[in-house]
Amino acid sequence: MTTTAANARQARQLGSIIALACLALVLLGIIGMVVFPKLVQRNVSPVGGPFTLTTQTGARLSDTDLRGKPFAIVFGFTRCPEVCPTTLWETTEALKMLGSDAAKLRVLFVSVDPTRDTPEFMARYLQSFDKHITGLTGTETEITSIGREYRIYYKKVPTDDGDYTMDHTATMFLMDADGQFEGTIAYGEEMATRVQKLRRLIGAAT
Amino acid sequence: MQGSQRAFTRASTFVHLLSRFRSFEERLGLAVFTLALLFAMTHPLWAHEFKAGDIEIVHPWSQATPEGAKVAAGYLTLKNHGNSTDRLVSATGDVAGMTQVHEMSVDANGIMTMKQVADGLEIPAGGEVTLKPGSFHIMFMDLKQPVKEGQPFKGTLTFEKAGTVEIEYSVEAMGGGHDDHGG
Repeated sequence: MTTTAANARQARQLGSIIALACLALVLLGIIGMVVFPKLVQRNVSPVGGPFTLTTQTGARLSDTDLRGKPFAIVFGFTRCPEVCPTTLWETTEALKMLGSDAAKLRVLFVSVDPTRDTPEFMARYLQSFDKHITGLTGTETEITSIGREYRIYYKKVPTDDGDYTMDHTATMFLMDADGQFEGTIAYGEEMATRVQKLRRLIGAAT
Repeated sequence: MQGSQRAFTRASTFVHLLSRFRSFEERLGLAVFTLALLFAMTHPLWAHEFKAGDIEIVHPWSQATPEGAKVAAGYLTLKNHGNSTDRLVSATGDVAGMTQVHEMSVDANGIMTMKQVADGLEIPAGGEVTLKPGSFHIMFMDLKQPVKEGQPFKGTLTFEKAGTVEIEYSVEAMGGGHDDHGG
């Protein structure tokens, strides 16, 4: 009888200790989230991550080189008839509207067709667009790696003449000065929204 | 008071100017000339049309390509005035080494997919199909020369029933017509 009562008391004590511990953990978590919001953001950041690729001038560029300045990143390929030139053209127009603020931002155009999009070819292609746009290409492995970091989809689609075209994510990702995900610009987004989002991205960096 | 006087003077000057062309013929000539001028000014904005049998091809157009680009897209509307379904089975373009008919779409996840229209693009009897940004397009590949704004180029369309017709694509600036796309 007494042992059962003692057991019950012990169990109750254990229960309240566990409950208190849980409460303390939850409180600690909340305090942590308030004190280190960036940490939480970092853990749930849906896209972005380390990469090293080759620019259209042949130089190597890594994500760490981009720190301190926000950037917009979009994936595509030069043998793309519509989505890529349209996106690059609309970005060019948006940068024009930003005026001198355009220098506070980097725009990266990453090729998902690196075998055909050599740095030389990218350099020629990008002459038609704003000079703030950097073309990036690399080895198949490097592209696979950045593709995974940004969680994009891309796939080679053969055409019946033995040639191929590419399916790919057309969304532009906006990353802050710390390389953290900030938002997106969808394909075909209104010009006003596009400019507004880029402005916000620049504003968030200062 | 002074304002209305000035307005009167201005009006009378205009009448005076017009009165220099006194005869009906002169005025008619002036009117015709003005209309002709207006027509000439707006002409490039007018959609151009081609015909192959029952198929009417409305306003074929393309967009200027970026430097060194190897591909371009062509857009147009096909109207079938006949009683039977026809198909656009192939296309060519002067600027391209190879031309295909493609269907492009951007899904809810922002993924762009492109596929070749394998069995020809169907144009239902009495119906129409529009090839436009965000949908079907004529895909010009292996570009032999850049596509430049204001420099139209020729091409052909071949239909299963209506046969082959030569058309001309007008070329708009890059980003032109982007308001049309559905994505």
